[in-house]
Amino acid sequence: MSKAAEPGSASGSADWPIPGASVGHSLDPIIIACQNGPLLVRGSVELRTAEGEVIPQLRATIALCRCGVSSIKPFCDGTHKLINFQT
Amino acid sequence: MLLKLGGMTTLEALAVSSGPAFTSRGPLSTRLLHAFEYELATEETAGLSETVEETVATCDDVLQDDDVQFSLFLLYGLSYGDVIPGGDAWEWHSGMIAARRVLENAFEGGLRNTVSLPQSRSAHADDVAATLFALTKPDSGPSLSRHFATKVTQLQATEFVVQRSIYTLKEADPHSWAIPRLTGRAKAALVEIQADEYGGGRPERMHSAIFAGTMRGLGLNTRYGAYVDHVPAITLASLNTMSLFGLQRRLRGALVGHLAAFEMTSSIPNRKYGDGFRRLGYGADVTRYFDEHVEADAVHEQIAARDLAGALAAEEPALLDDILFGASACLLVDGLMGQHMLDAWAAGRSSLRIPLPVPRAAERPAEEDVLAKGQSQNV
Ligand code: FES
Repeated sequence: MSKAAEPGSASGSADWPIPGASVGHSLDPIIIACQNGPLLVRGSVELRTAEGEVIPQLRATIALCRCGVSSIKPFCDGTHKLINFQT
Repeated sequence: MLLKLGGMTTLEALAVSSGPAFTSRGPLSTRLLHAFEYELATEETAGLSETVEETVATCDDVLQDDDVQFSLFLLYGLSYGDVIPGGDAWEWHSGMIAARRVLENAFEGGLRNTVSLPQSRSAHADDVAATLFALTKPDSGPSLSRHFATKVTQLQATEFVVQRSIYTLKEADPHSWAIPRLTGRAKAALVEIQADEYGGGRPERMHSAIFAGTMRGLGLNTRYGAYVDHVPAITLASLNTMSLFGLQRRLRGALVGHLAAFEMTSSIPNRKYGDGFRRLGYGADVTRYFDEHVEADAVHEQIAARDLAGALAAEEPALLDDILFGASACLLVDGLMGQHMLDAWAAGRSSLRIPLPVPRAAERPAEEDVLAKGQSQNV
């Protein structure tokens, strides 16, 4: 049987690197700043309002608006494309 | 051998229990429906290949031809669940596969001859994403979603849902066929999108299930195929495009491009569809599907453009043209489907081949007002 990284182990070995390990393979959240678009958040984060109320999150990967015009803030609704938002 | 159950043919018997008996649209679909009534038997497909050749040779517009698109729908339907009652034995029948190959070659040729491809030749992931965003940029021309936001009627809105049901009750299924054909970043991206489409482990959140909720809210029949006889060729062509790309490994680039374009033209129109239904007085049971897609597809379009289509092009640059072809084909066919509805409504006609019964009280949406054909078989 071939040698494989253990599930959940922190890193692959030098001779058997985990594919994609450079972008993270733990369950820590990753935020990707999409060109001319939202912030894509992969992994579990707790979103709260300024008052401290938890904002329900219905999916594993979310997109946070950074253009300011979304009608469903803090989430992106794609409207950045209508205003030609440039990052 | 024709199986008779209490005086009914097998297909009729199955239709009562699990699905509708479809109505043929020409010589070819007549032959197919006739063959499907039988247990597997080669003599039932005698003459099929001649009929297929003749159908393709005499058809003017493969995208809008009822017999071609309905026959393709039936043949592709053999590979899905719930479309052809008792279809298991026919799925890999050589006569059926041969018929499908002739039809889908003509269909693919028709699509390739009609689409115009963007000029970008860079297979760098960011460039592919930028090309796809440019290709799918919201324009200001007439559109179905703008019609929804301003003046859609209750009957038109219901027709729209009937038209959409042909694909959406199977939402995401054709694109799942690409999963075992991709690797690395593109595969992970596709699975990430599909997991969300399929409800993230919660069946009641599957997009197809949420859409069924919209149909129920409108008093429509949610059983798959209940409205196939109602919809025009172009609506079947929309699903057939995805099945064509999905069932052939060779066309995985086109399938990925199709999904990217689909996701990238979804958020903004879905908000308008939801607003249209709210304006007509419908509640969250009906609008939830559209509202869900505003948020979901704003996520999916980013993943689809960059991590799926972009990464696939970077990994297999030879697929770039097909990625752009698939995206353009999605825009072409779904654009024609939308235009068909707008044209019919502008002329005061139904967009369906068989119109729905006119609701009793057009201004007051209520479940009992819009009754679908076959309501007694509702699930
Ligand atoms: S970033 Fe997408 S709507 Fe603001």
